[in-house]
Amino acid sequence: MDCVEQKDTEANAPSVVDRYYTRWYRADLKGKTCEDHCILQHSNRICVITLAHTHPILQDGRIIKSINYQISNGCSRLNNKVSGKSKRGGQFLTDFAPLCRITCTDETEYTIYSCIRGRLLEVNENILETPNLLLEKPSTEGYIAVILPKFEESKSITENLLSREEFESIVAKRTVDQSQPT
Amino acid sequence: MLPLKEKDKPIVQKLLSAGCCARCVLRFCCVSVQAAYRKPPQDTLNELQAFISSTENPKTQDSASPPEDPPSKRAKLEAGPSEEDAAAAVKLKDEESRVCVVCLGILQDLCGPAQALKVSETVKAEKYEFDTLVLSVSLPAQLCVREHSCWLHVKKELREKSIAVDRDDLIQVKEAFKWIMQGLVAKELGGVAVVTRVGDRNEEEKELFNATTCSDCFKPTKNKQSVFTRMAVVKALEKIADAKFLKHYPSPPAQPTSSCIPQDVQCLHMSVFVAGRYNKFCRSLPQTPWVIDGERRMESSVEELIAAPVLSSFRSDGFNFSSSGREDVDVRTLGNGRPFAMELLNPHRSRLSRAEMKQLQETINKSSDKIRVRDLQIVTREAMSRMKEGEEEKTKSYTALIWTLKPIQREDITFIDDIKDLTLDQKTPLRVLHRRALAVRQRVIHSMNTRFLDSHHFYLGLKTQAGTYIKEFVHGDFGRTKPNLCELLRTDTDILELDVESVDVDWPPSIPE
Repeated sequence: MDCVEQKDTEANAPSVVDRYYTRWYRADLKGKTCEDHCILQHSNRICVITLAHTHPILQDGRIIKSINYQISNGCSRLNNKVSGKSKRGGQFLTDFAPLCRITCTDETEYTIYSCIRGRLLEVNENILETPNLLLEKPSTEGYIAVILPKFEESKSITENLLSREEFESIVAKRTVDQSQPT
Repeated sequence: MLPLKEKDKPIVQKLLSAGCCARCVLRFCCVSVQAAYRKPPQDTLNELQAFISSTENPKTQDSASPPEDPPSKRAKLEAGPSEEDAAAAVKLKDEESRVCVVCLGILQDLCGPAQALKVSETVKAEKYEFDTLVLSVSLPAQLCVREHSCWLHVKKELREKSIAVDRDDLIQVKEAFKWIMQGLVAKELGGVAVVTRVGDRNEEEKELFNATTCSDCFKPTKNKQSVFTRMAVVKALEKIADAKFLKHYPSPPAQPTSSCIPQDVQCLHMSVFVAGRYNKFCRSLPQTPWVIDGERRMESSVEELIAAPVLSSFRSDGFNFSSSGREDVDVRTLGNGRPFAMELLNPHRSRLSRAEMKQLQETINKSSDKIRVRDLQIVTREAMSRMKEGEEEKTKSYTALIWTLKPIQREDITFIDDIKDLTLDQKTPLRVLHRRALAVRQRVIHSMNTRFLDSHHFYLGLKTQAGTYIKEFVHGDFGRTKPNLCELLRTDTDILELDVESVDVDWPPSIPE
């Protein structure tokens, strides 16, 4: 009974993400199967980088061991600082700039990428303390980073990305491919 | 009689023969009797002529001889062959009609009843309501150069006669202009600022001050079209050595070929300020016009709905709208409304009675059911700042319709009513991060109350410090506002509707119905 009612109200009221953001995707990042990223673009051009629900980290009851924003000896995303309205001083990222590395308890390691060009505004420090946020709420509280694309590129950055429909058809094809051999 | 002394005589002589007009002669003699300038220039000239010939002076003949500098070709053409005759009478007549070498005609034909009438007509045509008048005149920068040249010319003479006169003692062209014109214009009118702009006649002075002469004074600036601004010229004249100036420019100044041309008459009424409070009853109405990528979203706005009738009542050219904070496009403002104020630019009407203001308020309220205005009144510019000061300290009250993911019982939410002075750490909401600096801001929710609706909905009343982002408190903004309602209720919550119930700013004063 509750379940039906719940679905009803959800249908009536789109979520915060649905209301203000457009979902964009990158599938199989760097050729690694299923390492899909989701980019939430706000109507004000700000982008939030999250794991797509199909990402291996979110499958098979994996548990996160560590999240590391130190992407090289010289560079930690935690040192990113922006100041003022114009967000001076933020690290500038290109499409395949690594944001962080996530290691699961089964010793698998995944790199999360920027996916778009833009200025890094903030990374989500809450997931360092509570890695479960990433598993429980991957598309909201478990976000990875916030990026501000250049004003003149705010339209063009999505050209390289998959729309929700395109992504879903890729995921559907994957399921077919996987089920065929059996 | 002209207030001139014997020692002024050589100066008068020298100035007249240099081609100065009668009024400029008075200026260089430091005559500060305003009435002297208001006399017809012809009368003054005659008086000056009489004054210099009143006593024997061996120098008279010399000074009366034509200026050393030959008149320019154009001046010859205009003057005709009569000038060649050099007969005294003819020469005198020629002097009368000649354009003054110092004021370029500004204190001659451009300063009298005809010009005053032109100014008055322009003002009258705009149908202003006013009782005081300010007359301003904008003069071409080259006048400063001519003035300087003439001053050097007389200074030489003054030094010989050992009369101590400083440049600052001279009467400025614009002063003399005002003395003559103000009364004439005021006679016809009575609170409009009349700006009379006198145009730049030619380019000769610009050539004088080329980049090599005084380069540091003529740096191009971003906003100005020309580097030869009045200020730059004045600064250059202060710096330049007399000898250097004389090398580049004749002293006395050369006879101009034509007089200045009056550009236009601009009328400007001081801004009038109107304040009030507004309600917004519509969830698809922005406060100000909403433009994205040059394309307009939503057909109207609060400010436009209010401004249209106000602009037409005050016959104003434009407005600046400001308010005590603002609400989102989908938020209503109920209760007593939100204080606002607008500056009306160049209003042609400035005095509306209480009854007329009430009528105007009714006109606004009848024009749309999306908004409502109360306490509409004329305020002073100073009073307007009261709205902005202490804006952050004021409190605001809201009602929000909340949705919960998990079903709730009536008693599940009652604990919220007991929460007092809850301090939030709000990171700049993602929603506004593109235009605000990233920061964590502490805001206080003074109190909350709940009204259960059904298993997934309730109304939440909040009284908060101004500047609290309510929507983000409810949905948590990706965990960027802490604590948030999701945490308090241990379920996802979302905000479906938001109303501002009160903006607790005690300005503008309420007007009893």
